[in-house]
Formats: sequence, structure tokens, C-alpha cells
Amino acid sequence: MANIKTSKKSTRIDMTAMCDVAFLLLSFFIMTATSKVPEPKPVDTPASTVKAKLPERNLMTITIGDSAVYLGMSDRETRIAALEAMSLKYDIAFTPQEINEFSLLDSFGVPLEQLKSLLALKNAERNRPGTQSGIPYAGDISENELSDWVFYASEAVILEQQGRGVEKLKEIEVAIKGGSKEKYPVVKRVFDILQKQNVNNFYLVTSLRSEDF
Amino acid sequence: MAELNTGGGGGKGGKVRSKKSNPGVDLTAMVDLAFLLITFFILTTTLSKPQSMDLSLPDNDKPDPNATPPEAPAWRTLTVVLGNNNKLVYYIGLTDAPYVDADINGKPKLENYGGKGIRKAILAHNKYVLEHVDDPNKEGLTVLIKASKSANYKNVVDILDEMAIIKPRSYSIVDVTPGDIKMLEDKKIK
Repeated sequence: MANIKTSKKSTRIDMTAMCDVAFLLLSFFIMTATSKVPEPKPVDTPASTVKAKLPERNLMTITIGDSAVYLGMSDRETRIAALEAMSLKYDIAFTPQEINEFSLLDSFGVPLEQLKSLLALKNAERNRPGTQSGIPYAGDISENELSDWVFYASEAVILEQQGRGVEKLKEIEVAIKGGSKEKYPVVKRVFDILQKQNVNNFYLVTSLRSEDF
Repeated sequence: MAELNTGGGGGKGGKVRSKKSNPGVDLTAMVDLAFLLITFFILTTTLSKPQSMDLSLPDNDKPDPNATPPEAPAWRTLTVVLGNNNKLVYYIGLTDAPYVDADINGKPKLENYGGKGIRKAILAHNKYVLEHVDDPNKEGLTVLIKASKSANYKNVVDILDEMAIIKPRSYSIVDVTPGDIKMLEDKKIK
């Protein structure tokens, strides 16, 4: 009699293809990733249907959250030059280490006299809620810290381009990232300060809105 | 019984078989790891750069004394006053004398934001203006946006978004006047 053998199938699946796909996706995500930059004040931006992209370089971001203003500059050279000009104007000296530390700071929001103590903090401690109180913007429309920062940052951008011998000078781009619930007078005040510094075009950072709005 | 067979015994002629090792490696753990990392990267990355909208404000530093402000007839001007509670008031023409004739009723009206609210009104008036001007390529609707103190930033962006959708001939953000505030008071959204 013939012996009927039931063929025993292995319960194992070949994982090779799956592994390939997984690593392909993994490398894609690693390459396209721009990691989240920690912000001193995360804000909830209003939605819009306009899909213009923000420039990556030569950009100054003004964040408005809970009536406080935070500033971020995209280029390290601009940060250094702006801080040096500010330190001259307000007569607060910074050590080279502090300037270097500041050039690594993506975004900050403290009065200039508190900047030293902010720079002394560790990275993780800086963005703790309540640590940064915002850049002062009250007082005279062209004589407050925010307007000085805007002025020196745009000046730094121009000087840096002149130093490189660029023919067509590009002014600094300004993006305003405001929280949805921000009262209009606060935003208006920032607009006014920017207009006073001859910045009449800027970007409003928004989030995506579905079409059926 | 547990007995270790050490060959020699009842085997088939004592053939020594070299153990065939399976050439496939078990990849399960590797796949697990890969997907874990993928999840991590998806969660920590901001997939796309934030989007933005352009805003151009007039240069208010050097008013040219010789320049005459652009004239726009009252019926071509629509004013939107942003109040609180996500409501707004719009009217056509001047603040103290809204434009009213057979076709248009420019009296102040309370309206909501969005496609069912203010957009309908502006689109309708934009269409009307384009049909009635001499040269639709040169003249058109002007929208004035007046945000009151009680409006919030989201309202301003919403109305600018409407402008991006409707694309009127021109629009600008201007300061509120006492007349506009009174309108908001009348509609109870001051």
C-alpha cells in the first residue's frame, strides 16, 4: 500500500520582502525629516486655504502667543550680528560663549537683560512653560526691544549680503505666527511696529483648511 | 523514557547526517525594529513645512503729498467690520450713509464667517459690480476690512482667506471708525 503523506507546510512566512519595504520607508522618512524645533510658546495657528510656502532661509519668525511676542531668526550669522548690535545699543556685554550659545537658539522671548540668564540655562529648561516671558513691545512704536530686534536683524541681513558682494540685495522676510485666540490689538501693534521698520510685506503662518470651509 | 541515543544502536547502518541548517534567517525581529523606527520618525517629524499667506500693508511712512487717493464710488466699496463672537457686520458705501438703491441694499447686516455667510454676500456684490462697471479689467470691488478691538486674529485670517478665495479687485485692512463701532453696538457684537 502506498503511504499517503500529507505535506507539512512551514508556518513561517518569508519576511525578506516585508523587511525590505520597512527599511525603504524608514530611510525615506529619515531623509525627508525635519525634526520639530522646540518652541518657547507653541501656538495654535488659524487655518486658511492659501498654500504658499514659507522661505527657509533669510526668515524672521515672530510668534504671538498669549499677548507675548517671541522671535526666531533662521540664519546663524543674522542671529550673531543682531545680538552684537543689540548688546551695543542696550550696553549689555555678552561673552563669546554666550554669543555662540545664542546663535544656536532657534527662537527666544525674553527681555535683553534676561537673555544672559536664559542662555545659562540648559536646552531642555529654556522651553519650559513660563520660563520666557516674551520680548517687550510696549512703549514708543519705534523705540522698543521688538522694533530694535527687527531693525538690527534686517540690517544684519543687508550687511551680510553686501559683505559677500551680492548685487541684488534681498531684504529679510518676516513671518508672523499668531495664535487663533489672540486679540486683534496685539497683532495690530506688531503690524504697526513692522510697518514702522519699513516691513510692509509679510507672511502669516497658517495651518491647512479643508476645501469645504 | 528519556534516553539519549548515542548512535550505534538501532540506526540504519550508522549513517552520520550532517544537520542541514536552514538558509533563511528569521527576520521577524528586524521587521519589528524597522517598523518601530518608522513610527518614531513619522511621529516626530513635521511632514511638510507650515503654509502661509501673504499680507501686504500700505507703506504709511512717506505719504506722497501730490498723490490723490484712489477714488472708488460708494457702491463699489464693501466694508466688513469684525466684531466679537465670530460675527461681523458688512455694509456697502459710506459708514454714515450706506448705499441703497433699487438693486443693492447696502444697509449694515449681521453675518457669520465662512462659505455660508460673508462669502456669499461678497461674491454676490463682486459679481454685481463687475457687471455694472465700464471696464471690468480696470475697475472692480474694493473691500475694506476693519477689525475692532474685540475681534481676534483668527477672524482676521478668516476674512483674508475669503479675499484669497473671492479675489476682489482690491482689499485692505484699515482702522475702525466710531461709526463702525456704533454699528457693532447696534448688532450687539461689540
